[in-house]
Amino acid sequence: VQVEDPMLLERLRAGDQVAFAAVVRQWSPAMLRVARAYVRTQSSAEEVVQEAWLGVLRSLDGFEGRAQLRTWVFRILVKAARRRGRREERVNAELDGPTVDPSRFRDSDDQYPGGWRADAAPTDWGPEPVLLAAEFRAVLHRALAELPERQRAVVELRDVHGFDSDEVCELLDLTPADQRVLLHRGRATLRGVLEGVIA
Amino acid sequence: VTPPGTTPPATTPLATTPRDIACIELVEMLTDYLEGVLPAEEMVAVEAHLQECPPCQVYLAQMRATIAALGSVPVDTLCTEAQDTLLDAFRDHFR
Repeated sequence: VQVEDPMLLERLRAGDQVAFAAVVRQWSPAMLRVARAYVRTQSSAEEVVQEAWLGVLRSLDGFEGRAQLRTWVFRILVKAARRRGRREERVNAELDGPTVDPSRFRDSDDQYPGGWRADAAPTDWGPEPVLLAAEFRAVLHRALAELPERQRAVVELRDVHGFDSDEVCELLDLTPADQRVLLHRGRATLRGVLEGVIA
Repeated sequence: VTPPGTTPPATTPLATTPRDIACIELVEMLTDYLEGVLPAEEMVAVEAHLQECPPCQVYLAQMRATIAALGSVPVDTLCTEAQDTLLDAFRDHFR
């Protein structure tokens, strides 16, 4: 265990750049290792460590010195890493699994594996203008609010506000493929909601 | 896979038969299909499936209807007070 320079906190508070650079060099490797335990990629661990250091800078003046400085820094790091990890989990969950209940399709040992079951196939909604009724607009409005955040953002920007896919990728920092998956999942969920109220 | 209750077309206009897509797979390809980003042979396969499969035609129509309906969903915007504040700021700016 490294012994902490008792003057470190004072030097940082005084804006000592050499001290800051040294402590960043010294602690960041372990911080990266900790962050990596919460997030999926090295680059996102690096972002978390950066974010943690910025957090340290912001609250340096408020640090009361009850804990060791290093303990406090790592606590800030873990908070940031947890937050990021949860977000990544959500995004992953947003990208996984089928969009239509698999039980609506025939089993693999069926004559037509993966085909719609006769009793679960989608049925015609009738003429499209029906969907534009205020009732369905309200249903969609509520259903949008319940979509996972990024799906909601993609679907609303694309289908409600009419942005094109390039703009949406840029605005939400998504790859074109992820943008399409989020769009697909969001639209499929909304279709399912409408199906539930129409059928 | 020929969907239940339909007859496969007697002849295919293609040199090679498009690959079979099951309905369960097709429903996950429809956004890429609508976005026009499927590779050519997948595009052909989706269209061949759709041609023969009324339930998937219905599903696609429902996706399109959902998208169309989204175009008229009410949207949240800045509250009137915030908009008024901005208008005031704009006026002040040019005063």
